[in-house]
Amino acid sequence: MYLQGGIVLAQGMVNETGRAAKKVGRQSVLLEKKASLNYAATVAGPKESLGPMAQYIDRCHVDNLLNEKSFEKAECHMLEEACYLTLGKAGLTPDDVDYFIAGDLLNQVISANYCARKLSIPYFGLYGACSTLTEGLSLGAMLLEGGYGDHVLIATSSHNCTSERQYRFPTEYGYQRPGYAQWTVTGAGAVLLGSRGDGPRVESVTVGKIVDAGIRDPLNMGTAMAPAAADTINQHLLDLERVPGYYHMIITGDLGNTGKQLNEDILLNQGIDIRPNYSDCGVLIYHPQQNVGAGGSGCACSALVFLGFFLNQMLKQEITRVLLVATGSLHSPTAIMQGESMPGIAHAVSLEI
Amino acid sequence: MEDIQRQKETNLLLDNHWFNNWNKLKQPKPPLWKNLIYAFLFGGLVSILGQALLEMYLALGVSQEQAGNPTVATVIFLASLLTAIGIFDRIASIAGAGVAIPVTGFANSITAMALEFKREGFVLGSGAKMFSLAGSIIMFGVVTAFVIGIISAII
Repeated sequence: MYLQGGIVLAQGMVNETGRAAKKVGRQSVLLEKKASLNYAATVAGPKESLGPMAQYIDRCHVDNLLNEKSFEKAECHMLEEACYLTLGKAGLTPDDVDYFIAGDLLNQVISANYCARKLSIPYFGLYGACSTLTEGLSLGAMLLEGGYGDHVLIATSSHNCTSERQYRFPTEYGYQRPGYAQWTVTGAGAVLLGSRGDGPRVESVTVGKIVDAGIRDPLNMGTAMAPAAADTINQHLLDLERVPGYYHMIITGDLGNTGKQLNEDILLNQGIDIRPNYSDCGVLIYHPQQNVGAGGSGCACSALVFLGFFLNQMLKQEITRVLLVATGSLHSPTAIMQGESMPGIAHAVSLEI
Repeated sequence: MEDIQRQKETNLLLDNHWFNNWNKLKQPKPPLWKNLIYAFLFGGLVSILGQALLEMYLALGVSQEQAGNPTVATVIFLASLLTAIGIFDRIASIAGAGVAIPVTGFANSITAMALEFKREGFVLGSGAKMFSLAGSIIMFGVVTAFVIGIISAII
C-alpha cells in the first residue's frame, strides 16, 4: 500500500498530503496541459441577428422555424449547423473528434441527442440548463487533461419558442411579462477543444454546486441564479488565491440586468468588488429597445456572446485572462408547481491566451 | 423549505434578511398605474365591442333572450383570429387583465394551446392539450354553477 502510494506520488497524481494533485481548494481544478479552444462557430435567430452581437455571429437566420416542421427541429438544425461549421473551420470530419459533449434546455436534451445522432461521435449528453457551455468546457478540458483524447466538440443550443412552450406558456398566449423576465436566446454555439493549439487555453475549472435562494417564480431567473454565480466566483477566487483584478473580464452567462446587480451586491457584501471588469452575456446580447425585459437567457446566450464576441477579442489579444461563469437554473415546471424553488448552479472556467 | 432556510443560513454569501431587503429594494416593480389604466381601457373596449355586436344581432331580428349567444361566439371568434395571426399576445402585453379576464382571454388560451400542439398531431396534440390552460375555468365554473343552482333551487 505504501509502495503503491509512492508510485502514485511519482506519477504526479497525488501531492504530499495524499490528495489529488490537480485539485485546488474545495471546488477547483488547476490544469497543467491546458486544453485549447481552437475553433468555434455560432448560429443565431432573427432577434439576435438584429442585436449588437450580430457581426460576430457566423450564420444569422431570418426565420425562427428555419423551414422545418417544428421549433424543436429548427433548434436541432441550428445545433447541427454550428457543429458542422466548427468542424469545417478546423478542417476535420466528425470521425476525427474523440468526444461530443452537448446539452440544451429541452426535455431529455433532444436537440443535443438528435444532433449527436447525425454526427455519430461518442457522445456525453448534459443537462446544465444555461450553464451547459461551461459545464461542457470543464468536462472537455478535464477529459483532454487526463489524456483521454485529442479533440472534444462541445456544443449547446436554445430556442425562444421551444423553451417558452416547455417552461412557461404557449408562444401565442397573451400575458404580461414582468420587468425582471428574460428572453430566451434562439441560437446555437459549438467549440472544438484540442489538446494542442494556439487558441485561448482552459487553465482552471471551478465546478459549481447548487445554490438555492428560494425563488419560486420561473420568470425571475436572474435573481434565482445570481447567488450561485456569486458563490462560484467567490469560491474560485478563494481556491486559486486570486483577486478579481487578476482577470481582464469576468463574464457571467445570463443573469440579466437584475441578476447582474444582485451578483455584484452579494460579492460586495463579502468584500469582493467585481464591478470594474464584470459583464453579463444576457445584458450584452440584445439592444435595450428590443423589448426583452431584463435581457437574454438560455444556453445559447453565453455561447453566442462568448464564442462570438469575447473569443474574437481574446484571439486579437485585446483581453488575455477571462473568467467565464455560465449560470443555470435547474428547476422543472413540475417541481415549481409542486411548490419547489429554483436551484441555481454556476460553473466557471478561467481562460488565458 | 427547511433545507433552503438552512442553506441560506449556512451559505455565508446569502443572508436571509439581506436578501429579502434586496428583493424589496432592487427588484424592478411593475408599472402599476399604467397597467391599471390600460387594463381598464382595453377591458372597456372589449365590453363596448360586445355591446355593439349585441345591438347588431338584435337589429338583425334575434330575440332578446337568444342575442347573447351569437355575441359571445363572435367575440370568441375574433379573439381566436387575432391569436392565430399573432397579434393577440402583443395586445395582451399592453392590455393585461383588460383582455385576459373577459371571454377573449379564454378564447386566446384555447387557441394558443391548440396552435402550439398542432405539431404533435390533431388528436393527441391539439385535441388533447387544447384545454390545458382553460380547463380549470371550465371545471370550476361548471361546478360552481351546479352548486349555486342547487342552492337556489332549495332556497
